[in-house]
Amino acid sequence: MIEARDLTKRYGDKLAVDHLSFTVEPGRVTGFLGPNGAGKSTTMRLILGLDKPASGSAAINGKRYADLAQPLRTVGALLESRAMHTGRSAYNHLLFLAQTQGLPRSRVDDVIELVGLKEVAHKRTGGFSLGMTQRVGIAVAMLGDPEIFVLDEPVNGLDPEGILWIRNLMKQIASEGRTVFVSSHLMNEMAVTADHLIVIGKGKLIADCSTQEFIERSSEKSVLVRSPEVARLADLIAAEGGKPTARESADGQAGTLSVTGLDAARIGEIAAAQRIVLHELTPQLASLEEAYMELTADSLEYGVPAAGGPVPTGHGPAIEPAASTAQGGAE
Amino acid sequence: MTSAASSVHPGRAGGPAVPPASGRVGFGRLLLAEWTKIRSVRSTVWSLILLVVITLGFTGLLTWLTVLQWDKSDPTQRARIIADPVGTILGSGLEFGQLTICVLGVLVISGEYSTGVIRASLLAVPRRIPMLAAKATVFAAIVFVLGECVTFSSFFIGAAVLHSHAPVALGDSGVTRAVFGAGLYLTVLGLFAMSIGAIIRHSAGAITGVIAFVLVLAPLTQLIPGTIGKYIHAYLPSEAGQLIGQAHQQANQVLSPWQGFGVFCLWTAVLLGIAIWLLKSRDA
Repeated sequence: MIEARDLTKRYGDKLAVDHLSFTVEPGRVTGFLGPNGAGKSTTMRLILGLDKPASGSAAINGKRYADLAQPLRTVGALLESRAMHTGRSAYNHLLFLAQTQGLPRSRVDDVIELVGLKEVAHKRTGGFSLGMTQRVGIAVAMLGDPEIFVLDEPVNGLDPEGILWIRNLMKQIASEGRTVFVSSHLMNEMAVTADHLIVIGKGKLIADCSTQEFIERSSEKSVLVRSPEVARLADLIAAEGGKPTARESADGQAGTLSVTGLDAARIGEIAAAQRIVLHELTPQLASLEEAYMELTADSLEYGVPAAGGPVPTGHGPAIEPAASTAQGGAE
Repeated sequence: MTSAASSVHPGRAGGPAVPPASGRVGFGRLLLAEWTKIRSVRSTVWSLILLVVITLGFTGLLTWLTVLQWDKSDPTQRARIIADPVGTILGSGLEFGQLTICVLGVLVISGEYSTGVIRASLLAVPRRIPMLAAKATVFAAIVFVLGECVTFSSFFIGAAVLHSHAPVALGDSGVTRAVFGAGLYLTVLGLFAMSIGAIIRHSAGAITGVIAFVLVLAPLTQLIPGTIGKYIHAYLPSEAGQLIGQAHQQANQVLSPWQGFGVFCLWTAVLLGIAIWLLKSRDA
């Protein structure tokens, strides 16, 4: 379990982390979400004792990180991708870390095998691709077989196969009752991995809830309606207080409406009363990405000044699993 | 969401069981880890090879040139060499060889910052000071062992070359202390450079800083007129430290060999203290 209490970090007169308090529970994947520059990496570094908070504290199983007897056996961390000497082999990087914790050489071989780097383990990491370096980082995190994992943007730079591997690994680790705290600036990635979300913007806590709740709470629900008499239906819906928006349908045939302000049942009743044929009537959740954009729109550190609210992406189909996860992008 | 491509392992993720933890991170383990770190990068090996090659090469070359030009050289210079042959021998090769220790001393710590390894190191050893202590111990031990080998080899080469004009043996007064002391000087110089590396954290800047201390400052302070200049010059770290490599205190010198070495140790201790304090208080 990880607890942050009133955690604050200041760089000059800028608050990077602003009185953050949250708890990361074991047995589930907790996503740590926020736009670039929101303070995710800094928060993780505060938890791991690399940076000193201006005020507040962080505890791992009730202890400060520095007070852990053999920290790598308790917490496995993946921070920025290149925390290794380019001239040292992956094997020697893992070996020296293993030696600090009194772990045997065989454990180094095990984790190297586990992340699939056996062939290149004795090569200098300077020649590694970002994906290979990331795998070494995962091996480091797993080295002490810890109960708690803190992973900063672990899918960065990985190919689709690697992304899938990390996702499943995190899920399995969590299912074993261990704690997984994983940061990302990509909402869609979190949608398919995280059970729980901690969302921050400009160092402040925006949301701390289950992923499902986050989507429901923060997005406007809409209903997709397809009908041959779409114009008539649109008028009726508008008369009842709904807000219909004409939409291009996928097959380009029957007209399609996206309706907000009325639920699916009410729309069905209206159509039935006027004997209008419906070809489709589907309640929609806004995509997670939209919900996220909406929530963090005010707290973007870098970005275009919001010209009329969230980015107009239109109401797409419900939770879209992650076409965009491979694009990476470092914090 | 699962596919054949993702190999999640049966049983506990993370592979075979790990032997149980036993006690706090011990200093012995940290020494072993620092040894692994230092031996597993090329810059260490290359710097140490250069130390040997440069020191022995220049000792041989410069003493040979001295002998070659013996008859043409200035009598006062000849008298100085005869008065302190060991100082001449050690001063010729080590003057250049010591620069490799300056560079390596900086790199053993600044390299961790430039590559980000420092974060991995401090996650494993979050109390920080034991990490620096272990690094200092391992590095000092390596430099000491190799440094003694180099200074004694350097002495034997130089003594053999100079033999016909300025004979010197280990048994002569102050000579063994001077040769052994030169190895000690290299060891402390390594720690001196490491401390500056830990304070500045950027390789290029720290190397420049150390070399400025060792090579540039001394000639500059010699330009300061009068007694003040003489004293400032004498108490400079490298000037004071190198006194240990001569057989006797000379008439115009402010400090004796051991006093000079003590001053150098003091400089190093202060810098190491600053390095420790900064390591403890700064974000990694």
